Amino acid sequence: MARSRTASVKTFKRAAQYLTLGCYLVFLGFPLVWLLSISFKEPREMVELHPTLIPKHPTLQNYVTAFTEQDLARSALNSLIVASASAALTVLLALPAAYSLVRFKTRLSTITLGWVLVSQLFPFVLLVIPLFLILREAGLTNTRFGLILVYVTWSLPFALWMLQGFVRGIPRELEEAASVDGASRLQVLRRVVAPLLAPGLVATSLFAFISAWNEFFFALVLLKSPELATLPVTLARFVGVEGIARLGPLAAGSLLATLPSLVFFAVLQKRLAEGSLAGAVKG
Amino acid sequence: MERSPVNINRRSLLALPGLVATAAFLAACGDDKEPESTGPVKLRFLSLAWQKESLAANKQIVDDWNKANPDIQIEYVQGDWNSVHDQLLTSFEGGDAADIIHYESAALGEFAKQGYLADLSSLLPADFKSEISDKVWQTVTVDGKVVGVPFLLESQVVLANKKLLDAAGVTVPAANAPWTWDEFAANAKKLTKPGQYGVAWALKSPTNRVMNLALNYDGAFFYEEGGKWTVKVGDGEKAIPQRIHDMVYVDKSASPEALSFGSTDPLPGFFGGKYAMLPGSIYLRQQMIEQAPKDFEWVTLPALKGTSQNQAANPQTISISEDSKAKTQAMKFIANFLNATNMAKLAHGDWLVPTGKAAGAQLVQSTQGKQGWDVAVASADTLVQAPFQRAAGYSEWKSKIATPALQQYFANKISIDQLAKTLEDGGKQVLK
Repeated sequence: MARSRTASVKTFKRAAQYLTLGCYLVFLGFPLVWLLSISFKEPREMVELHPTLIPKHPTLQNYVTAFTEQDLARSALNSLIVASASAALTVLLALPAAYSLVRFKTRLSTITLGWVLVSQLFPFVLLVIPLFLILREAGLTNTRFGLILVYVTWSLPFALWMLQGFVRGIPRELEEAASVDGASRLQVLRRVVAPLLAPGLVATSLFAFISAWNEFFFALVLLKSPELATLPVTLARFVGVEGIARLGPLAAGSLLATLPSLVFFAVLQKRLAEGSLAGAVKG
Repeated sequence: MERSPVNINRRSLLALPGLVATAAFLAACGDDKEPESTGPVKLRFLSLAWQKESLAANKQIVDDWNKANPDIQIEYVQGDWNSVHDQLLTSFEGGDAADIIHYESAALGEFAKQGYLADLSSLLPADFKSEISDKVWQTVTVDGKVVGVPFLLESQVVLANKKLLDAAGVTVPAANAPWTWDEFAANAKKLTKPGQYGVAWALKSPTNRVMNLALNYDGAFFYEEGGKWTVKVGDGEKAIPQRIHDMVYVDKSASPEALSFGSTDPLPGFFGGKYAMLPGSIYLRQQMIEQAPKDFEWVTLPALKGTSQNQAANPQTISISEDSKAKTQAMKFIANFLNATNMAKLAHGDWLVPTGKAAGAQLVQSTQGKQGWDVAVASADTLVQAPFQRAAGYSEWKSKIATPALQQYFANKISIDQLAKTLEDGGKQVLK
């Protein structure tokens, strides 16, 4: 009797958990579903007094307009190139720097980390014009490489801060054990540290990628040629005076803009959960 | 050990980034004025067209020009209204602005005073100048310099649900016989019944609308005395906010919920018969064409009349960057871009009013005055330069003082006298 009551309480708790989780998923997913719905609606259907989730007369016209009028495909490719390169370069630079800061402790490393935090306080508007002037002198305005440099500069401090936290989480004893077994420092880094840092590297590259993928203002200011425009800049063209938007093409384009981030996340999120250090060190 | 000639000590290395930045800054600050180009040129044209028809018209005109003028090639670059100010500011500062710039007159003053825009006075073709009225030219004249060519105007009109007007026995006024504000209020009452409001005032951003319409009662708000601007709120300035307020709270003929709407937010309610009339910009007609249900009958009522129909003119403009090396060629393109036929095309594409008289006449003729084009083109005569457009510090006063105060007033939280005092005191704090 008591056992069956316990079982039903357990079942109830489990059901409540699933229900809460379901509600949370709906809450998170609804904007995306609504975006999808709008992207298939005719203009007249978008301003109905009682809108429906399922389009009454589904149309692909918004996608056709978005892709033909603004060359979204090329903009998406530009964004992909810039965001991927920025993420790769950021991680490449942040990894050795973070490792050095944590493992070779000096007074300078503490100051450096402090400065990294302080640098995050500067509003980016403050940096736009000086950056623009420097890049112009270097002949890097209106180039993807110039924009990548800006994004790396922008993401690096935070990436460094993130990664040094992950490095700090790797027990020093593991590296020492590997050294005792005869591994060189480079081998220790490659065979011990890097695999354990995988979740950190994934998280950092995700951060750098999404920051670059979503960034609007630097891309707007630095890239003059229409063929170099990134996706956020191109999408902004569907918004007019007083914030009036051409909702259909904007929804279609925005949906496209969310996909790479979703895919990137879906592919890499498994790695985020890996790298558990449990049992690595016997206390 | 022999010292390497490129050996750099640590202190020099640390100073290097600073030196690079300083060198770059100094180079950027240097005067690198080059003579005007006379040969073949490639000019960048930053356009803010965003509506489908307008985009097509812009691109078509540029393509035709490029085919006909191999020596003056135009690169069409599309910007957007929300970020263009920051984009221009950065590119002007960095010396990398587009040669030809599409913007609006109210925003040109700031750039003109900093010397970023070319004076077009000597470049403008004479016949071109006479096409546009002097009061519109005034809106682009800064310190005696003409810093843009005004080409599209926006006026405030009233869109109405024809069936609801007919059902209530309300007659649509002709373009040359506008309603007075009193008639408008009386008709709004007639059109109000359970489940239906006579009017929806979308006033999420109320300041510009109030400033524009205040001219109906000679409400200037801004007065210049000895080079110093002050805000004064007298009977003329109080008239429009008070009338709107009373429609909502006294007559109850205007929807209180619509007060927090943006300009297009009331459209579902308008199409659904919840609101009979919708005061708004002339470009809202485009939304009617694109989004109104097929059986929905709408009409454009002329701008309302107080002591006059005057409204503030804030035309869209085409300017030439001071840094451009080919101003003469740029003006040649502008003269073609804004000839009567092209201006009519552009106005039609954006559902706005052309500044050129011939373009207006062409537009009325080609549309037969339908879809409100007769009212739209006629409204050009009522647009004048408003004092707020010249007042230094208006933008700050608008965002920090006027918008919150007007929102409070329209929410019935403060009285008209409290509103007046807030606006005047705010002017003292903010205006230069």
